[in-house]
Amino acid sequence: MAALIDRIEGRRIEGHRPWPRLVVSEQVWRGIADELAAGRLVLVGLWGDSGCVHMAVLDEEAGDIAVASLDCPQPRYPSVGARHPPAIRLERALHDLYGMHAVGSPDSRAWLDLGFWDVRHPLGKSRRVAAERTPYPFLPVEGEGLHQIPVGPVHAGIIEPGHFRFTVNGETVVRLEQRLGYAHKGIESLMTGASLDRGARLAGRTSGDSTVAYAFAFAQAVEAALETTVPPRAVYLRALMAELERLANHFGDIGAICNDASFALMHAQCGILREMTVRAAAACFGHRLMMDCIVPGGVARDLDRAGIASLRALMKEANRIFPQLVELYDNTASLQDRTATSGVVRSELARQFGAGGYVGRASGRAYDARKRPGYAPYDRLDFEMALFDAGDVNARVWVRIREVEQSLKLLAQILQRLPEGPIAAPLNTSADRIVEGSGLVEGFRGDVFVWLRLEGDRIARCHLRDPSWFQWPLLEAAIEGNIVADFPLCNKSFNCSYSGHDL
Amino acid sequence: MRKILFQSLVRRPLTEAPPATDEAPLAELGAEVDRAARCRLGRSLSIRQVDAGSCNGCELEIHALNNAFYDLERFGLRFVASPRHADVLLVTGPVTKNMREALERTYAATPDPKWVVGVGACAIDGGVFKTSYACVGGLSDVVPVDLYVPGCPPSPQALLRALLTLLKEAA
Repeated sequence: MAALIDRIEGRRIEGHRPWPRLVVSEQVWRGIADELAAGRLVLVGLWGDSGCVHMAVLDEEAGDIAVASLDCPQPRYPSVGARHPPAIRLERALHDLYGMHAVGSPDSRAWLDLGFWDVRHPLGKSRRVAAERTPYPFLPVEGEGLHQIPVGPVHAGIIEPGHFRFTVNGETVVRLEQRLGYAHKGIESLMTGASLDRGARLAGRTSGDSTVAYAFAFAQAVEAALETTVPPRAVYLRALMAELERLANHFGDIGAICNDASFALMHAQCGILREMTVRAAAACFGHRLMMDCIVPGGVARDLDRAGIASLRALMKEANRIFPQLVELYDNTASLQDRTATSGVVRSELARQFGAGGYVGRASGRAYDARKRPGYAPYDRLDFEMALFDAGDVNARVWVRIREVEQSLKLLAQILQRLPEGPIAAPLNTSADRIVEGSGLVEGFRGDVFVWLRLEGDRIARCHLRDPSWFQWPLLEAAIEGNIVADFPLCNKSFNCSYSGHDL
Repeated sequence: MRKILFQSLVRRPLTEAPPATDEAPLAELGAEVDRAARCRLGRSLSIRQVDAGSCNGCELEIHALNNAFYDLERFGLRFVASPRHADVLLVTGPVTKNMREALERTYAATPDPKWVVGVGACAIDGGVFKTSYACVGGLSDVVPVDLYVPGCPPSPQALLRALLTLLKEAA
């Protein structure tokens, strides 16, 4: 199956690692879109650059990735979204940031640019403009007895900003349309010209709950570009951080999902486990969320004896408490009544969108970036991929439960095998060398993709793709036919990132 | 479920009076918050959190205030769902331009007397996002700010301490 990616014809770019990048013709570009539409390739990312567009695709069977680039001297390129809907929002964002048109796209509305900026196309041929808000044309919904409920951007809880437009018939949701972009901070423009240190800090603040995953993927991309070998101890410490982050978020999510089904006991108990986890992280690495702990070349903080002791204490407590909570979840019929059969994502949709993380794995998509393409040290660690196929809220809870168990297992293995030695390697940047690299890391939410080009020791362009890009649209599909009151529950079971998506 | 509930009857509570912070023991801090809140607001202070484009890191730590270790509600401090019910706006993020108007409208919807607390490095001056075309770059450019809680993100203890300071000044 590796042949599928090898068959992409184009001029190979030297200095792009670890996967190939090919400059392709318009015809090949369209051919790739057809392969995506046929389900033989999975879309990993679609982003702009000066004078060209890039598209990263994955051959899921083989775990191979390739980046195809299309030069566009005119600011237009053939739409991928026209053939393959998961690309539509990416193309809309690309237009807002770069001003390049996806010719033939079924949806040309703005996506990230809500009309509040005083610049158009900030990453392309930008021009100053007066901020101008034009009404956003929501998709029309027609029928008898329908009414609309607008929600957000300021929500009722301690949540990120976004707008949801519900069209309902009585209690039943007929359509949900999301409007995002409120958390857009211009991270990709800040990346341009930034030093590697600053780039790592920015990457680590793309989505705070996934700060480890982002810093990890960013570091992978830099190290691939510069052909840096990370010392073995740092490799293991990175995985340790990544699993701690996964644990903390999964504990928080399991509790919060149950809380949205009015089962506060689970929320309180899982909140305790989450707090224990972030405290252990602080004891090990000096920061509760482990921000700025992974840096290009290695890690910034070493693990000492006291840190190991706090991890062992955490594992002991979690292994004691968590099985009781799983039993509680499994045996509470009133809770199951809410989570089972609510918010179903069909497996075809999960596959089509290449949905990662618990959203994909709860709908039968057996994909985990730690397995394929795989990266160190996970290739040497023993763990199982959680997989369910019901696609409902319940399945997304169970994926998290199984992943908590696996992460605890992984922590034990990492501590057992943690090699001694240095924790960072020097980066061999040289003044005027132009190199490119990419990284793919399985965060708690799904696979985080980072692509960048370095000019000397500066970042010329960096693109960060959150897993939420391919999960948000599925939430729109999942809520259809459910009652309005189940939306918080469904939404929490997705727990998509606003900030990571809006950038 | 019964087993877990019974256990919590016989186990000591997790809620911390004890852990000493650098500046003051949390227990003492808690007692002070309690006194000040009682004096000023009859033991009730309603907080509305607004995310003005943060990375979500601050929200995680604000969430933690509700867990069993910090248990914010024992001080009469609680999060409410609408700005119309709030005394305090707890605002995070560098105020993205896309969120500016929503923040202004939230502020306008909050009845007087009201206080604004800027949470995190971003709220102070935009933090790492300071120079972006998409960010206003500081909360005080949009609404009057009574207090900042520095940190990226600030710890739950720091947040608790800040709420005490605010109560003292407001009283």
